[in-house]
Amino acid sequence: MNDVVISIQNFRKVYGDFVAVSGISFDVQRGEIFGLLGPNGAGKTSTLECLESLRQPDGGSLSILGVNPSQEPRRLRNLIGVQLQTSGLPANMTVEESMRFFCAYHNVPPRPDLLERLGLSEKKRSQFSQLSTGQQRRLALALAVAHRPQVLFLDEPTAGLDVGSRTELHALMQELKSQGTTILLATHDMAEAEKMTDRVAILLQGSVVATGSPRELTATGSGFTKISVRSEDSLLHKNGTIFPGVNQRLVKEDYAIFYSTDPGATVAALIAHVGAQGDKLIDLRVERPSLEERFLEITQTGGSK
Amino acid sequence: MTAFLNHFTFEFKTGLRNPTSMLMNYLFPLAFYAMMGGVMTQINPGFSDVLIPAMVIFAAMVSSLLGLPGPMVESRDAGIFRSFKINGVPAVSILSIPALTTIFHSLIVSVLISLTAAALFDGLNPVSWLNFALLTLLVAFTFGAIGALIGVISSGSRSSVLWSQLIFLPSMLLGGLMMPLEVLPASVRTFSGILPTSYAMQAYLGYAYGAETLLDPRVCLLVLGAGGVLAFGLALYLFNWDSKNNTRRGHPLLALLALAPYLVGIVLA
Repeated sequence: MNDVVISIQNFRKVYGDFVAVSGISFDVQRGEIFGLLGPNGAGKTSTLECLESLRQPDGGSLSILGVNPSQEPRRLRNLIGVQLQTSGLPANMTVEESMRFFCAYHNVPPRPDLLERLGLSEKKRSQFSQLSTGQQRRLALALAVAHRPQVLFLDEPTAGLDVGSRTELHALMQELKSQGTTILLATHDMAEAEKMTDRVAILLQGSVVATGSPRELTATGSGFTKISVRSEDSLLHKNGTIFPGVNQRLVKEDYAIFYSTDPGATVAALIAHVGAQGDKLIDLRVERPSLEERFLEITQTGGSK
Repeated sequence: MTAFLNHFTFEFKTGLRNPTSMLMNYLFPLAFYAMMGGVMTQINPGFSDVLIPAMVIFAAMVSSLLGLPGPMVESRDAGIFRSFKINGVPAVSILSIPALTTIFHSLIVSVLISLTAAALFDGLNPVSWLNFALLTLLVAFTFGAIGALIGVISSGSRSSVLWSQLIFLPSMLLGGLMMPLEVLPASVRTFSGILPTSYAMQAYLGYAYGAETLLDPRVCLLVLGAGGVLAFGLALYLFNWDSKNNTRRGHPLLALLALAPYLVGIVLA
């Protein structure tokens, strides 16, 4: 795993007076799914577009498998696969034509198996404009991986996909990862990032404000575990009892919610309390802070935490 | 080669599938040909003598100037060129293949016109079919290159229409298609020297019909050839993958350099 595939060092991108990315650095290892997270305008797309050689960087160095995207864009073409945020294909190009078209430019045979896998084989004679948004995105993904690239860039790949397609996409990503493909995933979907990525970088106003695995990032946050309890008589909704480790408590709908630094002790005390009061436990959930909560915490504090 | 053939086949089919392209490549030129053949030859019998070259030039102009730039601008704005770039489609293919297929469509229409004009409208056949065919290729190439250049430099669909009409309308009225250059006032005739149609029409008359011409046909050939090559070269140089990315190698007004051969032509011819 100590094989750097994507290296970004002091990368900078400006548009006129606006600094979109100001000197960010991070590496992505072979076979890793790396998440690029950040609010709109954080610099994710600028970073991706410079890596994909769609734009020229204004400073620093970028390297993919040792290739500088701005100096050797042609060499890069067969090494990377890209699913753009907006899938741009000619409106009247059919699904199978697009597969033939792009595979020919990559000098590989077409991949009908991918169309089958992504549920597009019945649509192979449909024109791009006749496909639903989800089908268009699945086609874009099929085209991005058809030439078996070593590095895959996915920009909001699940936007507009239904649950089934999303699950299929995630399975495909895991399969590609197991085959050694390195994936750089830009997403707004924190649940997806938490589930799929090995590591993430959070960008804010053109700077990297946090990097690490989703577990590491959530662990370095406020450190509270959320415990939600629902009981028959809702006796926990009363504020009188003090439970070990609880820092904050609130009531939301039918649940009493406790934020604890010592979840084991808190849960034990809560169960004992409910039993002692003659109440009956209906539901108890223990959740560590999600990546989404941590992301909001970081972006709202401007990355100072 | 497979990539080129796939791309060419796709673009050729687009010219038939897309209603606007179908209109510009076939329906409009053929309908206009039928109208001019049926009406104009009755009003002005002398028009029969130039019906074939005039309508062949018209077909090349419509498909290249009115049909080619719009879809190019739309493709760029829709991010299609970006998708092409990241998948290794070179700029030269993006420019040349639509231009080539447009040329191909206009050649098909030219064949239809050439084969039917004599029988349907008493159109005068060329005395040299070989020269006629070679000239038709050259004319289609020149207009295809100009259409590609307009597509490249236009900032949007509206400006592509404006640029196209700026060449199309004067060419129709003053380029020798509707009336011979000889009948134009001297000042207008000089202005018509900036229009590719003037040279195309004179070249057809000189080389394909063996007629006396106002302009030297050799100069006409040179101007048309140089105009096509320069327009295509400028299109390639000024080509931009992405409407959101304004970085390009030169200012779009550099495209005006494509007029240079025609200005030289005014002096030489």
